[in-house]
Parts: sequence; structure tokens; C-alpha cells
Amino acid sequence: MPALGADMDEGTLLEWLVKPGDEVHKGEVIAVVDTDKAAIEVESFAPGTIERLIVNPGETIPVGTLLATIAEPMAGQVAGKKQRAAGKKAAAAGKPMTPRKARRERTAEPAEPAHLEAGSPLVRHLAEELGVDLERVHGTGHGGAITRADVTLAAATPAPQPGKPTPPRTAAAALARQRVTPIARRLAAELGVDLSGVTGSGPDGAVREADVRRAAEIPAVPRQAPRPAGAVSPAQARLLATRQVTARLMARSKREIPHYYLSDTIDLTRAMAWMHDRNRELAVTERIVPAALLLKAAAVAALRVPALNGFWLDDQFSPGGRVHLGVAISLRGGGLVTPAVHDAADLPPLELMNRLRDLVTRARAGRLRGSELTDATITVTNLGDQGVELVYGVIYPPQVALVGFGKVVERPVAVDGMVGVRPVVVATLAADHRATDGFTGARFLTTMSDLLQRPEEM
Amino acid sequence: MNTQQATQAIEEVLGQVAPDADLSALAPDADLRDSLELDSLDFLSFIEGLSKRVGQRIDEDEYQKLATLASASAFIAGRG
Repeated sequence: MPALGADMDEGTLLEWLVKPGDEVHKGEVIAVVDTDKAAIEVESFAPGTIERLIVNPGETIPVGTLLATIAEPMAGQVAGKKQRAAGKKAAAAGKPMTPRKARRERTAEPAEPAHLEAGSPLVRHLAEELGVDLERVHGTGHGGAITRADVTLAAATPAPQPGKPTPPRTAAAALARQRVTPIARRLAAELGVDLSGVTGSGPDGAVREADVRRAAEIPAVPRQAPRPAGAVSPAQARLLATRQVTARLMARSKREIPHYYLSDTIDLTRAMAWMHDRNRELAVTERIVPAALLLKAAAVAALRVPALNGFWLDDQFSPGGRVHLGVAISLRGGGLVTPAVHDAADLPPLELMNRLRDLVTRARAGRLRGSELTDATITVTNLGDQGVELVYGVIYPPQVALVGFGKVVERPVAVDGMVGVRPVVVATLAADHRATDGFTGARFLTTMSDLLQRPEEM
Repeated sequence: MNTQQATQAIEEVLGQVAPDADLSALAPDADLRDSLELDSLDFLSFIEGLSKRVGQRIDEDEYQKLATLASASAFIAGRG
């Protein structure tokens, strides 16, 4: 059981996506684990063949517990196979894996582009056209990426018919396969509704809040025995747990990290004009929003000011190298997750935005991957156009910086002795004073501002 | 497409973008982004879905006409 967040102590195995004998490659999603925050996809640490699944769906186990054993891939039929455990490092170390360990492991072996498993926009488009659910498609491309051929093949293979007998599944596994919105899941737990008996009315048959409420009204659905007065419902417990994780993490951040704060008002006249010009010519699927440019600028600035991109570990700064941009995403119904867009500095704004959309969709559906939750080297909080003008963030330990964007607003600005109305955004930086000083932080903000004056080059 | 059909199409797309939203409680003149807590990406998904659903190109300059259920229905219906 890997640590899928800085403060995760235990997890519940919801579902195995592999069985003994299956070949897996490094980075392939092999199981779904429920944590305090969300259901998360766990990726294999190593390539090989699944030997034994040790933990059963529904079991809650501490971080570091062996989940399964994987036999190393063998050249030919060599006797005396070595066993290698998924999560071996975490188990051997006896403590949760820190981002640094995760990174060391990645430097030891070339990193797989795990994010490609979600499929390129082209592949996603094809899947949508053919009505193929990408989560059910086995990728054969580089690093397990789903190719167009995989999608075509999946479309040609008939999906299991409801009439045919299917192998019995555990309740937990059935629950994980069913698409259920997080609110609906919580409500179902609260009302004592068995989700496997609920027909979803949402897209792709997703079970929504209203479906659960409807199901709860039908008397035929067996209700749980009334709880003793004063007891906490599972839903309340879940909310409480989410709150506690955030509470512990943020308290740790403020206790350990001497934050310093900087802010700068960035003129977005050129960026917005360039964006509108660009969007005017393009189909809606190719258009971008201001957030895409802001995130891109933050990622490139992190690359150019590497002292802010990485971790504070064992009393020293450990550079992150590549920029995995953590993005704070609020979940409907409460809670916050900060999954990472991998290699964000290398992506064109449109691609960066599409990755972000994909992350938001999966975060809200409770389908994030473990690496996405542990990899971020710097985090951005973007209040968007529904927010306020300025946000000073709290650093996500052990990272050393957090970038905040308020909403884009029109404000009077003096330019060349004249006052004009221009679109501006207030960018802030909260940084760890142990790792950097204000001078470095200021360079980060001015770099972002400079980048946003030349949007066509991003 | 008449106003009623347009409203139906809009509600259908909103249901996909914000599956948890209670659209029956949505006032015709309420700001969609505020009421349904749509961020800029959600709103773009809405435009994308609506454009596909009604088979019309929607330009960025026209986004403001889609601010409420009433204005969006009138806009879509008015274009044929």
C-alpha cells in the first residue's frame, strides 16, 4: 500500500484490475484504492507478472503493507525467479514513500509517461466517436499509452452483455466499477442505499445525487437499522476524515515552514488579446481559457527559477528537476485535491489545458492515479473567474513554493503617463524561507510577468 | 429550433457538465456560472457540448449571451 498523499496512513483496496498471471508494465494501473480523500488508481512499481494478490477488496490496511507480489520479467525460461513486491520499497522502508524516494526511483529507471494512459486528444476523440470507455482499454503504446488501434480494437470487441452470466464480484468491486458521483456516494452511505441496486440517470449511466434520493424513497430498498443516537454516519465520517487530512497537512506546513509572501499585478492586455485572436479563428475544442496561459507561465517560470521547484527534505533543498505542476482542484461537495500535470513546462497551453480538464474530471469522479497525487514539484492555486482578486496560499509540504492567481479583472492602469482600463491578474508567491529568499521569489514573479507579455512564444 | 427545444438542449448539456446540479431549481435569469459553480473549464465544456448538440458554431464573443438559461435559450432559438 503506497502512500498516496503526504498524510495518508491507511487505505482500503476497492478493486483489483489485474489477476495472477497478468503481465504488467511499470506505471500500469493495477488496483483502485480508497483513501480519506478519493478513490485513487495505484500503478505498478515494476514490470513483471502478477504472482499473488495478497489483500482482498474491501480490506483496510496501513501504508507499507504488501498488496501483491510481482515476478520479474524473465529472459527465456530461467529458473529461480526472484520475487518483487509491488510497494516493496514502502514496505521495506517501513514508512510512507516520500516524493524524494519516488523521484529517486524514477531517476533510476527512465520514467514512463503514465499520463499518456488517459489517451491523447486524438485518441479520446476517437473513443468518444466509437463509444469506447477508455478506462476499459488496454494500452499497447509506449509506456502503456492507449493508441488509436487499441480503441478501434476495443470498439470491435463486444462489451459483456447484461444477459450473460458474469463472474460473481465482491460488493466493493461492483461499487468501484459503477460510475457514481462523489456526492451520490456520500449520500448513499448516509441514507443506507445500496448503490448496486441504483440505476444512474447521468452521462454513461453515472449515478447522481437525485438517483440516490429517489432510491431512498422506494420502500423496497432495505434501510439500515437506525443508528444509535450520537453515532456518526459514514458520510459524516468521510467528510471529517477529509477535513482532518487537510488540517494535519496545513498545520504541519504552518508549523514547519517559515513562509514569505510576495505579490505582483500582471498586465494581461497582450495575453488576453492574443488569446481572443487565437480563439476567434478556432473551433471550440481548440480554444483556451486564461488559466491555461497562467499555468503555462507558472510552469516555465518554475523551470527558469529551479530553486522554487522541488522539496525541502532532511534540512536541505532537493531540486525537482522536471516541473510537475500541482493544481488545487476543489471537489463538488467539499474537499480539495492537488493532482499534478506532469512535465507542464513542456506542454503547449492547449495541451496543458486539456490535461487539466482531464484531471478535474477524474478528480471529481474520484479516479486519480497515485503518481499524480505524489509527484507535484510546485503547486498552483487558481481561483478562476468565480473567485476573488488575490490569494496567498499555504505551501503543500514538502514542496517549497505555492503560486496563487486571483481572478482576471479590469482595472485602471497607468501606462506612459495615461490611465487606461486593462485586464490584470494579481499573482502571489508563498515560498519557504529555508529554501529561498525574497530575491529569488521576486525573480519568479517577474519571470512569469515577462512570459505573459509574449504569449505567442509560450 | 424553438425556445423550448433550446432550453431542453441547454439543460441536457448542463446536466453533463455538472451532473450534481439541480437544474429544476435554476432560475431562468440566474447566472449559470455562479449558480452551478462552473469554473472557466466547465463553462468551456458547456459551450463545446452545446455547440455539438445544436450543431451551431458559438464564438467567444458570444459567450456573454449564454450567461443565463433565459438568454442562452433565446440566443440558440434565435439562430434557427
